[in-house]
Amino acid sequence: MPSFSLSNLYLNSHLKVVYFFLYMPIIVLMVLSFNKAGLPTVWSGFSVEWYGKLLDNESILNAAWNTLIVAVISTILSSILGTLLALGIERMKVNSGLDALLFAPMIIPDIVLAIALLSFFTMLDFTLGLHSIVLSHVVFNIAFVCAVVRTRLKNFDYSVIEASEDLGAGSFTTFRRVTLPIIFPGVLAGSLLAFTLSVDEFIIAFFTAGAGSSSTTLPMQIYSMIRFGVTPEINAMATIVMLVSFTMVFLSQRINKGITQ
Amino acid sequence: MRSSSRNMLLIAPGLGWLALFMVIPCVLIFMLSFFERGMYGGVDYNFNLENFVRAMDPIYLGILLDSIYIAGTATIVAILLAYPAAYAISLSPRKKQTTYLFFIMLPFWSNYLIRTYAWIVLLNREGLINNGLESIGVISEPLNLLYNEFAVITGLVYNYLPFVVLAIYSSISKLNPEVREASEDLGAPAWKTFLRVTLPLTAPGVAAGAVFVFVLSIGNFITPDLLGGGRLQMVGNLIYDQFLSARDWPFGATLSFILIGIMMMLLFAQAVIVNRGQIEKHEAKEEDVSSMNFSRQSLNEKEKSYA
Repeated sequence: MPSFSLSNLYLNSHLKVVYFFLYMPIIVLMVLSFNKAGLPTVWSGFSVEWYGKLLDNESILNAAWNTLIVAVISTILSSILGTLLALGIERMKVNSGLDALLFAPMIIPDIVLAIALLSFFTMLDFTLGLHSIVLSHVVFNIAFVCAVVRTRLKNFDYSVIEASEDLGAGSFTTFRRVTLPIIFPGVLAGSLLAFTLSVDEFIIAFFTAGAGSSSTTLPMQIYSMIRFGVTPEINAMATIVMLVSFTMVFLSQRINKGITQ
Repeated sequence: MRSSSRNMLLIAPGLGWLALFMVIPCVLIFMLSFFERGMYGGVDYNFNLENFVRAMDPIYLGILLDSIYIAGTATIVAILLAYPAAYAISLSPRKKQTTYLFFIMLPFWSNYLIRTYAWIVLLNREGLINNGLESIGVISEPLNLLYNEFAVITGLVYNYLPFVVLAIYSSISKLNPEVREASEDLGAPAWKTFLRVTLPLTAPGVAAGAVFVFVLSIGNFITPDLLGGGRLQMVGNLIYDQFLSARDWPFGATLSFILIGIMMMLLFAQAVIVNRGQIEKHEAKEEDVSSMNFSRQSLNEKEKSYA
């Protein structure tokens, strides 16, 4: 049928256009980060000097370090809380209120959560800093870790737990020797995702970091640089940050896939 | 029962965290919206509805309507781009579908600021698009592509498109091909089958994607700030200003509260659409009308991006 193949031709070219739209800006940015000229938008030869400049920039390194601290701690906390939550919920009756509560951190506009947390911390006279960013990031990270672990638990065979308990193992031993090894890939995939989200999060960190530059994170640093204008250093930094995220997401997906096959 | 108390113990720390750092702060915002700004920027605890009246002031109402217009346009463009893409993916060989989806979703997991910044690089007066068009002689003077509505809408569509494709794909892939074949066997032309059969049955996916783009666009602050160049105000920027420049926290809280109200209404509308879609598919018994439909469906979609 000619109309069928014609519409197929259209659909396939449309899909290609969508991929082009999604990747062209990223690729342009990455290519320009190796541009020799100070002018960031016109090509004038290959160079890695902007990457070198990044390493000399004290405030960028400091921001990167802060980001790492926040991401690591919030990932560890949310992985533990999110996994426990998933384990409990999957064995309970479906509760739509609970589902809605767990879904809220994913859909609530960042700016709303950001100002809500700022008001909350201010009201308690809580000193703001990296620790308040960690507390805030755990909120949305719990939801994501929990969602990923829950999908893993969908195929979980609960009879192995009963078997372990029948054989006399205590709850903790059963968890450590039976449950955890089975769900571990899901937990790991969830943590990688949480880590990525925390590294990239800007608005909530911006509001809960408090005054002063000591608790500036990388996205906050990127934001102030972008407002300043287009520079080759931002291109270089953007390339590194993107590649880190892509690697994390890729690993997360690999690990998660590994256990279903 | 022993196992139920153990389940409570498992979920208590996580739920406690969400209660303390999400529910209580949001309730606080709700309460704050009924108070007023103190003399020196603090909060005067004196209950009134002044902020809600003020939010209806033409200046703020105008910003709200602009935001709805921009978010609405971004939503429509995103769906028009996403639907055929999702359809194309669903027609490709089974094994390739997950890979195709993975590469649709990949940019979505990277830094939002950087993805937005990339459009500054492309759209500015010395940017790639203007340079390109000038060098092939289409234009003699650079176009003003940046710092306007066009740039903001492009940025929003760019950032949220992957999720819309995913949402629509998950609806299309659940579609039973026999229904479509039946329509064609009964003599309906392809376009009619699409409009009368495929589209209504995939409405839940379209609705999920639409609500997602709309909600995140209307509350957006980064994109109008960076691509609108500060000339374009949306509700998100207004809230930001109330908190960081004007120091009128109660009014900022009121605006956030209105934003959440709009979000709730859309989620409800979406739940109704999802539910109706399910009745049409004779699966109504499994789920009921509640916001949960949205959460479950979206969780499923998020799973898909990993599958």
